Amino acid sequence: MSTKGKAYIVGAYEHPTRKAPDKSLAQLHAEVAKGALDDAGLSKDDIDGYFCAAGDTPGLGGNSFADYMGLRLKHIDTTDTGGSSYLVHVGHAAQAIAAGKCNIALVTLAGRPRSEGVQTGTNPRMGNTNQPDLQFEFPYGPATANMYAMCAMRHMHQYGTTSEQLAWVKVAASHHAQFNPHAMLPKVVTVEEVVNSPMVADPLHRLDCCVISDGGGALIVTKPEIAKSLKRPLVKVLGTGEAVKHQMGGQNLDLTFSAGRWSGKRAFDEAGVKHKDIKYASIYDSFTITVVMQLEDLGFCEVGQGGKFVSDGNLISGVGKLPFNTDGGGLCNNHPGNRGGMTKVIEAVRQLRGEAHPKVQVPNCDIALAHGTGGSLGTRHVGATVIMERE
Amino acid sequence: MAAEEKVYAVVPPTPGSEPYWEAANAGKLVLGYCKACEKSYYYPRGVCPMCLSTDVEMRESKGTGTIYTYSVMRPAKPVYVIAYVTLDEGPSMMTNIVDCDPGAVKIGQKVKAVFKPREDGTKIVCFAPA
Repeated sequence: MSTKGKAYIVGAYEHPTRKAPDKSLAQLHAEVAKGALDDAGLSKDDIDGYFCAAGDTPGLGGNSFADYMGLRLKHIDTTDTGGSSYLVHVGHAAQAIAAGKCNIALVTLAGRPRSEGVQTGTNPRMGNTNQPDLQFEFPYGPATANMYAMCAMRHMHQYGTTSEQLAWVKVAASHHAQFNPHAMLPKVVTVEEVVNSPMVADPLHRLDCCVISDGGGALIVTKPEIAKSLKRPLVKVLGTGEAVKHQMGGQNLDLTFSAGRWSGKRAFDEAGVKHKDIKYASIYDSFTITVVMQLEDLGFCEVGQGGKFVSDGNLISGVGKLPFNTDGGGLCNNHPGNRGGMTKVIEAVRQLRGEAHPKVQVPNCDIALAHGTGGSLGTRHVGATVIMERE
Repeated sequence: MAAEEKVYAVVPPTPGSEPYWEAANAGKLVLGYCKACEKSYYYPRGVCPMCLSTDVEMRESKGTGTIYTYSVMRPAKPVYVIAYVTLDEGPSMMTNIVDCDPGAVKIGQKVKAVFKPREDGTKIVCFAPA
């Protein structure tokens, strides 16, 4: 069953905080839920479906967070695919709504790694020892930065991608962040500043890496009849796709592409649109290489040509052919809870509504794409893609 | 040569993985081998990830391979080189490249297995230039 056109995003809210030592994780979830409900013009008791990721809602199966917020639910889905969870949730919410399992779905994300002092990128984090790969990988020190760095190193080797090309991703994000009053890093940077910033994990420099921030975001997804009764611009879910990429016992390891190659095709096929129809793209930017690989995987350029594609401001709104991450993205604005998928959907919704900052608003933005990766491109991950249309 | 050598964390084995660690402690790298697919795989496990057959065993690897990709973790003390090595038997595995200048590591470089101490004195496989 296609869910094309069977669900609309009617509420979207990004928490303005970037450091929240005074707020609990549950409080951040509640505040973003309230923000998205207010945005939609709905109230708590309208919600009958809740979508959250197990990893940022501790307590069994979302129960504790449903309890904290006093939600009365007939549908709950705590699928956790890391940073792509919230993109997955949009697809799952559309499916549940189309199947009549719920009418108004709330999706929330929150996290406070900055207040908790988590060394997200450079410190390998020990998981559950029942995770089957853990004993074979953790001793070697897989952090986040060096996993993505190994993808970048191979991409450079195989396709001739350069550090300067990767730097253009950060430069474009910084051009957008300068207009976002909440951005953690609002200063415009140059290619030279990126490639001369300290090396973290060869070949990735500090400015190739995203920020570590507290915060969160929420979405409200509902069926067409309810969406049309509200006062907000109509953002229709056209197509969604998800895919898992892993190592298959180490056979034919290829770290130069991501699951976006498959999730993107699924979303485009369902949406029935072409790449030239996409006016704006939110692309998960945990690192600059993440964007280059995913743009190739989604088909915005040929395989191996991502470095060339992002160069010379091609991702800058008003300058290039594919405006991306006009909020400043994870690289400059916000990466709440080390999970970037939520803010990707939120900025795409702003663009479709015409509510992005005027300096970065894409004219006549009628179709947008949001895509993200959860887990690690260097080991195993879930890619998820959502294509939306302004009706 | 790195002035200071990394001491490797011990992650407890899971039921069925003990022979891998016993082999490593004896200076041997073993891979999973599926008798149905007639292929090696890494990491070893009780089912073949290609066909889900349980007719599998562990087989000793020659311990030779080629660096597929790598990265040098600069903020770490001591600095270490993480890598994927593609073994001559076929599968690729995550590892560290040791006993060399981190700045001289290259994709395509031939490497061989060496065994380094873990926190409890037992050993883990790493790779060094061949």
